[in-house]
Amino acid sequence: MNYWVAFQTLVIKEILRFSRIWVQTVLPPAITTALYFVIFGTLIGSRLGEMDGYRYIDFIVPGLILMAVITNSYANAVSSFYQAKFQRNVEEMLIAPIPHWVILAGYVCGGVARGVVVGVLVTIVSMFFSDLSIHSYGITLAVFVLTSVLFALAGFINAVYANSFDDISIVPTFVLTPLTYLGGVFYSIDLLPPFWQEASLFNPVLYMVNAFRYGLLGVSDIPISTAFHIILGFIVALFAFALYLLKKGIGIKS
Amino acid sequence: MKALEIHNLEKTYANGPHALRRIDLEVEEGDFFALLGPNGAGKSTTIGIICSLVNKSAGAVEVFGNDLDLAPERVKSCIGYVPQEFNFNPFEPVAEIVINQAGYYGIPRTEAKRRAEGCLKQLELWGKREEQARDLSGGMKRRLMIARALVHHPRLLILDEPTAGVDIEIRRSMWDFLHQINASGTTVILTTHYLEEAESLCRNIAIINDGEIAERAAMHEMLRRLHQQDLVLDLREPVDEAPVVDGYPISRTGPCTLEVLVPPGHDLNPLFDGLSAQGIQVLSMRNKQNRLEQLFLNMVKNHREHSA
Repeated sequence: MNYWVAFQTLVIKEILRFSRIWVQTVLPPAITTALYFVIFGTLIGSRLGEMDGYRYIDFIVPGLILMAVITNSYANAVSSFYQAKFQRNVEEMLIAPIPHWVILAGYVCGGVARGVVVGVLVTIVSMFFSDLSIHSYGITLAVFVLTSVLFALAGFINAVYANSFDDISIVPTFVLTPLTYLGGVFYSIDLLPPFWQEASLFNPVLYMVNAFRYGLLGVSDIPISTAFHIILGFIVALFAFALYLLKKGIGIKS
Repeated sequence: MKALEIHNLEKTYANGPHALRRIDLEVEEGDFFALLGPNGAGKSTTIGIICSLVNKSAGAVEVFGNDLDLAPERVKSCIGYVPQEFNFNPFEPVAEIVINQAGYYGIPRTEAKRRAEGCLKQLELWGKREEQARDLSGGMKRRLMIARALVHHPRLLILDEPTAGVDIEIRRSMWDFLHQINASGTTVILTTHYLEEAESLCRNIAIINDGEIAERAAMHEMLRRLHQQDLVLDLREPVDEAPVVDGYPISRTGPCTLEVLVPPGHDLNPLFDGLSAQGIQVLSMRNKQNRLEQLFLNMVKNHREHSA
C-alpha cells in the first residue's frame, strides 16, 4: 500500500475543496484584514503613537496575519471533516486501507494549505498599509507553519466531536476569537495591570503572536524559546489525542 | 478458499440493544451470496463491521484469510463496498469521486484516472464525469457508488441494497452487470429487500433475524423447502364459483381469477386436467407471491415464535 499516494490524494482533495469556494474561504479574510488596517491601523492607530517602539499599524501587522492563519487553518479542518461526517463521505476513507495518521496528516495539511494561502494574501494586503520588514525569516516561517498545524489539529478534534453545524461554530466564536483578541494581537501585554499580565500567560495564542511578531519585528513580550516549546507541546498533545479519537472511532463509528 | 469467515460476532450498541448475537457465517470465494432479513435484523451492522465502519463488541472476522483485528489494511484492500445510502460528496465531480477513491487505495493518479475511465464507461457514466454528483439521477448515483467500489478491483464486493429506489429497467441492467462482475471471479455479498433479486442473482443465502442467523443454505435447497405454492390462474371465461379439483384447494378471487394452493410434491397436470374436464380454460398462470418472499416470511415468523 502506497501511503504517499493516499496522503497526496487527501491533500489535493482538500486544496481543491477550498479553492472551488474561494469566494467563501480565501477572499473574506483579505477584506476583513484590509478593514482592520484601515480602521485600527490608519484611522485610530495614527492617534495612538508608538507601541514597543513601532508605529501602531506596524505593531498589529504580525498579529493580524497570524489571526487570519489561525482562523482559516481551524475553519478548514473543522468544516471539511465535519462535512465529510455529515455527508458520510468520511466512510470513503474509513473503508480504505489508510492508516489513521495519514487521514489526520491529510486534513492537517489541507488546513495548513488554506492558512498559508490566506496568510500570504493578508501579508500582501498589509504591504499596502505598512512597511513590512522581516527580522528573521526562519522564525517567521516556522511560527507561521507550526501555528497553522496546531489550529488545524484543534479544528479536526472539534469536527470529530461535532454533532451539528452549531457545534463547529461554538468553539471558534466563544473560545478561539476571545483567545486571539486577548492574545496580544492589538496590544502589548506590558500595557495590562500585573494580574492580567499574569493571566495572559495562560493564553497559548499570546506565545504564537509574540513569536511571530519577533520573527517580523524583532520584539516580543515573552522569550521565543518558551513560545516554541509551548507550540510544539500543544502540537504533540493534540496530534496524539486526535489519533486516539480516530483509532477509537469516536464520533465517526458506531 | 473462504472469502469471508465470521465467528461469534457480537455487537451491542452503547444505548443498549444487542444488534448481533454470536453470528457465524462463511462465504466461499466466487459465490454470489444473499444476506436477507427484515429491517433492523442486523444486516447493515454485520456489513458495517466487515467494512470497518462499525466497531464489533466481540468475535472474529476474516476476509480471504486475513484477520480484521490483525491485518485491517489487508482486509480493507480486498473489499469494495456499496452502501445503502449515498455517501459521496455531492459537490465533487463524478470522475473525481472515483479517482480519489482509487487514491485512498494507493493507486497513483495516472493509473487511477485510467481505471476511473474504465469503471465509469462500464457503468455508462463517462458522459457525466465532469458533472457534480448531486446533479445525477437516483439510478446514476447508485451506479456511481458501484463504480467507486470497483475502482481498486476488489476480490469481495459488498452491496447493501444497491437497487433500492431505482426503476425496473435500471435494476435489470444492474443485475446483468453484477452477474458479469461475479462471473469474472469477484465474490459478491448482497443485501436486498427485493427477494426476486436475491432469487435471481444469488447461489447461497443467509437469513438474519433479531441479530441471529435464522437460516443458511443454498438457494435451490431453500426453495425446495417451500411447503406449498400459491398460484394465480387467469381464466378465458368467467366462473360463478370456485371449481373443485381433488387435492388442490381452489378459491375464486374474481370472475376470471382463481387462486390454487399446490401442496409440495404435487404435479400441476392433474390440476389442469380437472379444470379442463369442467370446461375451464386457463389463459395464464403466475405465483401469487415470490417464492423466496413466501419462504422468507415463513422463516422470520417461525424464528420469532421460536425466540418468544
